[in-house]
Formats: sequence, structure tokens, C-alpha cells
Amino acid sequence: MVGLSAEAQIAALRAGEVSSADLVEEQLARAADDPWGSFLRLDADGARARARAIDAAPERPPLAGIPIAVKDVLSTRDIETTCGSRILEGFRPVYTATSVARLEAAGAVVIGKTNMDEFAMGSSTENSAYQLTRNPWDADRVPGGSSGGSAACVAARQAPWSLGSDTGGSIRQPAALCGIVGMKPTYGAVSRYGLIAFASSLDQIGPFARTVRDAALLLSHLVGRDPLDSTSLEWPEPVRVPTAERLDGLRVGLVQELMGEGTEPGVREAVERAMGVVEDLGGTVVPISLPSSEQGLATYYVIAPAECSANLARFDGIRYGARVAAETLLEHYEGTRGALFGPEVKRRIMLGTFALASGYYDQYYGRAQRVRTLIVRDFREAFAQVDLVASPTSPTVAFRLGERTDDPYQMYLADICTIPVSLAGLPALSIPCGLADGLPVGLQLAGPAFSENRLLDAAHALEQAIGFDTLPPGVEG
Amino acid sequence: MSALEPVIGVEIHVQLRTRTKMFCGCELSFGDPPNTHTCPVCLAHPGVLPVTNREAVRLALEIGLALGCEIAPRSIFHRKNYFYPDLPKAYQISQYDVPLCGRGRFTAVAEDGREIPVGITRVHLEEDAAKLMHLGGSGRRAGAERSAVDFNRGGTPLVEIVTEPDLTSAADVAVFLRQLRQTLLFLGVSDCNMEEGSMRADANVSVRPAGSTALGTKTELKNMNSFRFLERGITAEVERQRATIAAGGRVVQETVHFEPETGEIHPLRSKEEAHDYRYLPEPDLVPVAPDPAWVDGLRAGLPELPQALRARWVGEMGLSHEDADVLTESPELAAYFAAVAAEADPKAAANWVRGELRAQLRERGEEPWQGNVTPARLAALLGLLADGTLSVPGAKEALAEVIATGEEPAAVVARRGLGQISDEGELTALVDRLLAEHAAQADQLRSGKDKVLGFFVGQAMKATQGRADPGAVSRLVRERALGG
Repeated sequence: MVGLSAEAQIAALRAGEVSSADLVEEQLARAADDPWGSFLRLDADGARARARAIDAAPERPPLAGIPIAVKDVLSTRDIETTCGSRILEGFRPVYTATSVARLEAAGAVVIGKTNMDEFAMGSSTENSAYQLTRNPWDADRVPGGSSGGSAACVAARQAPWSLGSDTGGSIRQPAALCGIVGMKPTYGAVSRYGLIAFASSLDQIGPFARTVRDAALLLSHLVGRDPLDSTSLEWPEPVRVPTAERLDGLRVGLVQELMGEGTEPGVREAVERAMGVVEDLGGTVVPISLPSSEQGLATYYVIAPAECSANLARFDGIRYGARVAAETLLEHYEGTRGALFGPEVKRRIMLGTFALASGYYDQYYGRAQRVRTLIVRDFREAFAQVDLVASPTSPTVAFRLGERTDDPYQMYLADICTIPVSLAGLPALSIPCGLADGLPVGLQLAGPAFSENRLLDAAHALEQAIGFDTLPPGVEG
Repeated sequence: MSALEPVIGVEIHVQLRTRTKMFCGCELSFGDPPNTHTCPVCLAHPGVLPVTNREAVRLALEIGLALGCEIAPRSIFHRKNYFYPDLPKAYQISQYDVPLCGRGRFTAVAEDGREIPVGITRVHLEEDAAKLMHLGGSGRRAGAERSAVDFNRGGTPLVEIVTEPDLTSAADVAVFLRQLRQTLLFLGVSDCNMEEGSMRADANVSVRPAGSTALGTKTELKNMNSFRFLERGITAEVERQRATIAAGGRVVQETVHFEPETGEIHPLRSKEEAHDYRYLPEPDLVPVAPDPAWVDGLRAGLPELPQALRARWVGEMGLSHEDADVLTESPELAAYFAAVAAEADPKAAANWVRGELRAQLRERGEEPWQGNVTPARLAALLGLLADGTLSVPGAKEALAEVIATGEEPAAVVARRGLGQISDEGELTALVDRLLAEHAAQADQLRSGKDKVLGFFVGQAMKATQGRADPGAVSRLVRERALGG
């Protein structure tokens, strides 16, 4: 059963071919055998108990009994939640994130928490304070990040789907590197209540799956206004599970700035082949330009650290989490935060603290916000000409473990294609569109706000026509 | 050297009387066991988000409207970042460059009727910090064995009112704050209890040569928990600044603390003051954009405020500014007085409410509007006084009976025989008796010592337990001693 899509697992459960208890047991067995390091911890007993309860219940909610993995950035009541950081080691939340609670209300069974870059800061999951996660396509390579565990576990059939969070690309980029589907919805689509904040104005929760239809199904249970999140939005129309096979009349703009020298040839070729498929299916492809997106990376690395410097200030070891014993208050703060945050987290806190410092605010944060509005305008102008924009999701295929850990800037470049979309708050997804050197290449499609259904339709039609096999070599189907 | 005049602005923090906290659903409390009104949001657990309390916005708007402020069509929250154990997020959600309410004006009136106009810079919303408790030692931080945090108060809605540096004396600051407090009490937005900390005031103090318009270097006098201390503190700080300058020194911009026990001013250590709050627009909250129709409705629904009442009472009823000021101390007292004054002579009503009534009730720990002396009963009592049925001492006694029993004043007077004795024959007999009993004083009177008249009136009152009509007694003593 572990090779089946979530949709197929639901069908099998409904048909009585398998019980939730059996399904959860199979996925737990696969998840427990974890050479990839996808999971930080499993909640085997809890998952088994919930599966049995669902099997016994007369009601069958839509996702009844289907296992799911959850990124450790999401608060799960009584299940240790560390955000990949030592500073939250041993922390057991007293409440469950709205997104997870909604899935549980729909019958989904959380089997475990997945590895991630500490506080979602990174593009390779190497910034986890606990373990490395390996790419199921090549164990010497990174799965991407920061949601590397959530991507790897779906690629490795340890779970049919999972939840991740995306601030500058943390769902789309690992989905691309692991050859699966990952989607970041419109900012405000999914409640952030219970998502441990990295950069509040950018963070969004979204699905990982092996099919576009599964991603759509999961998203349909996540979206909607939550009174606990003031920035969450009333959703205009239900998210539909797509059926489109053609792209007749669809205008796709290929972002020229992201198809240049910074992008590996193999990646460019796979994306260009996918554009050919768009035309085969009745769509048209036009080159478009997003001139301000070239400042995207710099803008992002002011705004996100600025917000994180405030968001992470609560981790002071006073009310919860780990702490380092000290004599004075200042020593307590410095000792705890100095010892228990990792280097990348500290780097970004310092960047953000500097960017907000008195006298520098306008020069950095203020200017970054102005560039952000230019990027928003670029996209608005693009969407006057085309229905969707396309680009590589990542300029490269999965890189080797350790290859970029000493060079933060090289690491930051991994998100160059995904960041502009995040800054504009738009929905985007990544689907696998082929292999380069035997490694998956992701195609990013982005649309205007609330265009999730349009995106999912297009992605589904392309996915069917491309026919990418998501099973990594060496992984049991 | 020309005289140095003080220039003072104040910042007032007021806890709003909402049911729940500023950004979560915890109920407000005072005096409950520590950490019993907390939730993941106000404890800043990972992943939580704030949600703005609409009721707090309403109360803040009412304050802004009462102070004649411009209401911002769209205001935003900021994060004010600093580390301290009483601030669980390590930032306070406050308002920075776009406050809910902008410029306004509040004119206080001194006892002599002098107006004290004070510009309001802004009124903004924020959340209160939690409460630190230092255990062991003296109860202060220095020397404490350990410190504990009570998060019950953390997240309480606060309004901060900032004034222009328009005040020029400690006494005026006290008048302004007292009357501002009255206004807030009339609005019903806060308990304004300074001892419990639901109202707190800081003062920015500087001095400059009289006549100059430039501002001197200011110091901030922090967190005074009574108007009296604040007044004394400002006086002390002004003197300190004057002395510093007189000695050829310069005032340093710093935060100072006033020690009420010694009357001394101490600077707080500057290291603690080296804050850069790194203000950041709060990305977790949407802007506050109050519907103009809602704001108009709030404006129309404001109660009559104490300044307006005072002006009306001084103008229409002829009360003194001081009477009017005292009687608008609280909305309950003002309503009580207004009800009495509607049925009785307003000046007499003002005297009795301020004086005898409160004095008698104080012993019982009651307020005028709480006990047996309804406005109608006090008005009836004042009527009996006015028409001569009761003497002043008789009226005081009757009042005591009304307080104790809740009887109508007329019934008390009848039952206790408290009515004033004005019967000419009865009083004549009494006066004759007194003149005979006190022959020496009677002779003095006859020899022209008018002062002795008072002695006989006193004796007459004593003999009648205060019921004799003193005017009639005085007249009869003269008639019988001199003219008889």
C-alpha cells in the first residue's frame, strides 16, 4: 500500500481492502526504517490508536485513516516539536496547529514529525541540529530545504503526503530536488496558527505529494479563514481536485531572468522540454521579464532576517524549551541563545537585528519593503499578459551534502527562483518535469493570488503528459 | 541669570476595562492567584498569533474622541523589541508611527478658574507586560533571592496618552492628570486605579529660561504611582535641573526615579537605558481601520464629560470651580449631585454633598450613591433646612438618622422632635431664664460687649439640643437684656 497515492489509499480503505490500522502500520514500518533521516520522531503509538479509533468509528470523514507526516515546524499537542533546534529540545506543545487540527478533523493520521533546517532557515536541511536528511534519489545529496524531511519521506514512500512550510521556497525547492509535487498557496490561504514563525509576512503552509491531485486534495482541507490568524483569508472558491488534460488557451510566460547562466544546462533543458509539452497541450508559451526579481534575493535577506530577529526572540529558555544555567539575566540570555541556536540561525538573527537598528531601518528594511512592492508590480504586469509564469524551481539539481555549507551565499542562491513569488505572496507549485544527470528537475508554475485551481489544473495536465516516474532508483515502490 | 521655567509633558498608561486581553481570549483579573489567566498566546508559545481585541479598539477610540483627537482611518501595530522576563515574546505589540488617534486637546481648569490647555500628541493601543515579583530580600530586585513572573497581567490592553510639553508647573500637571482621570472614569474605559497600576504616569521634564521657546534637555521621571508623588517628583526634578544649571553643569537626557521616602532623585543606570527598540511593523496583524460610521456612532454616544459638566455647573448654578471640580471626581458622584441639585438649592446641595454627607458616610465606608441617602432624601432634608423647619445642627442629626435607618427626613424630624424651635413665647421664656442664670454676662452685654451675644446663643442651643432658631434667640437676647 505504501506505493499508492493518498487518493488510491483512500479508495482502498473505502473499498474495505485495507483498514486504517494496517495502512498506518505499513507506513510506520517504512518510516521507522529511515536510512534517509526523514523523520525526527514518529508518534507510532498515537498513530496506531487514532487509526484504530477511525476504523471503529461509524463516520468516515474524507481523509479517514490516511497517514500523513508533518514538518517539525508545526505545533502538535503532546508530541515533541523542536523546529530542528536544540533550543526546543524536549518541548511538548500544549496545542495543535490549526492546519494539523483541520487535517485530523478530516480523519488524517499524523505518523511523525519530519526533519528540517533549524527554524526553517536553510535550503538543504543540513542546518538541522539533530541529523542530516539524504535525498532518496542519491544518498550523497541533499533533499533541499528547509522542508527536506517532508519532501524525502514522500519521495521514499514513507508517507503518501506531508505538510511543509515555505518562506522563500522551503516547499517548492525540496519538492523539486526530491522529484515530487510541492505547493505554496497564496499568502493567507492556510492559517499560520501553530506554525512556528520564521518570517511572518512570508511563511505559508502547504502540501507535498507524489501527484498533483493528492496535493490539491490535501490543500482543499487546509485553506480558509481561521479566527486565530488575522492574516488568514476567506477562501473564494473550493480547491478542486483537478481533472484537466488540455491546456487550450492557457498563456504561460517563461521567466527569462531565471533561464540564464545561473541555471544549470540540464535544468534549462528539462524546463524547455516542459514548455514544449505546454504547447503540445494547446497552450502558448511567451518569454516574459520580471526585472525587479533580480533584487529578490537581497530583498528577502533583509525582510526575512528582520522578522526572524523578532520572532525568535521569545526563545529565551525562561518559559519552555532548553536552557543553559547562568548567574545573571544577561548571562542566561547569552548563554542559552548562544549555545542552543545554530550558526545559520544566529547569522540571520544578527542580520535582522542590524537591519532594524536605529538609523539603519530606512536604508535596509524600508528599502527592502519598497523593492517588494516593485516585485509585486512586476508580477501584476506579467499577469496582464499571461495566465501563469513558469521557471525552474531550483537553478540546480540536488547538490552534494556539505557542498555549500561553508558558503552561505551559494546556499542562498538555491532559492533564487522561488523567492520573488514568496515576496509577492502568490501561489506557486513545483512539479517534476524530467531528469538531469539522473536527478529530478522541478518546474515552478506561479499564478495570481487565489489562482490555485488554475495552477493545479495546469500542473495536472502537464504531469499527465510528462509522465515523470516519481520512484527513486533503489526505493521500493 | 534669568529664571528657569519648567516645561513638562506627560505620558499616561491606562489599562482598559475590557473583558479579555488585548490579543488573546484570557480574562482580565486583578488579585487572582498568579498565572491563572494565561494561554499559549499570552505566554508566547511557539507558533501562536495575536488577534486584536475589538472592544479595546472601541475604548481607545472613545478616549481619542473625548480628547478631540483625529482618528486615523488606518493605523498599524509595531513590534517594540527588548528582552526582559516580563515580556514573553521579547517584543511588545504597540503602535509607533501610525497611532489610532492623532492630535487632540484637553483643557484642564484650575481651582481659580484658570485654564490649562494641553495638546494631546497621540493616543495609541498596546499590551501590558507581565508582573515580576522579587522574592526574598527587600522585595526589590536588588538583593532578591529569586524572581518570579506572574503572567496574569501580561497582555492587558493599554492605552498610552502622550501630551505635548505644554505644562509649566508640577501643580498644573497634578490638575491635568486628575481631570484627565475624571474624564476616563466618566467614559468608563478604565478603573484608573493608580495604586493597583491601572493608571500610570511618566513625566518628561526640562527647564528653560523664562520667555524662551527652545526646549531644554529633558529627563524622564518614570512610573509614579500617585499624583502626589508625581507632583513632588516633578518639583524635585525641576529643582535638581535648576541647581545643576546654576552650578554650571548640563542636564543629561536620562530616566530618573523619585524616592518618595527621601524626596531624592536618582538616575536609573544608563546601561539599562541603552535600548534600541528596533521597531518593526507587526506582520501578524492586519491594520486597524475603523468604519467611519462606527466612529461617528461612538462620538455621538459619548457621555457628558466632566469638563462640560463643570463649565455648566459653574455657569448655570453658580458653583465655585473648586466645588465643581470635587463633584466631578467620579461619574457616580456627579450623577448623585446632579440629582440632588435638580430638587434643591444647588449651592447648598454642593456644600452638603461635599461636606457633611461625605464626612458622615466616610465613617461607614460608604459613598453617597450607595447608602440610604437617596438624592430625593437629601433634597428633602435641604428643603427642611431652607424653610426653617430644621436648624443646621438639627439637619446634621436628621441626616445621621436617615443614613442609619433610611427613613424619610420629614419622618425622622417628626419622630425625633428635631424641628427648630421658633415659637416666640417658648424662646422668650428660655432667654429670660438664661439672662437670669448668667447675670454677669448679661451685665457685660448691657455694658456694650456684643461678643457676649454669642455666648447666650450657644447656651440656648445647648439647652435645646440645637433646636432653637439662632436668629430669633439672638434678637430676643438683645430685646430682653437691653430694650426690656
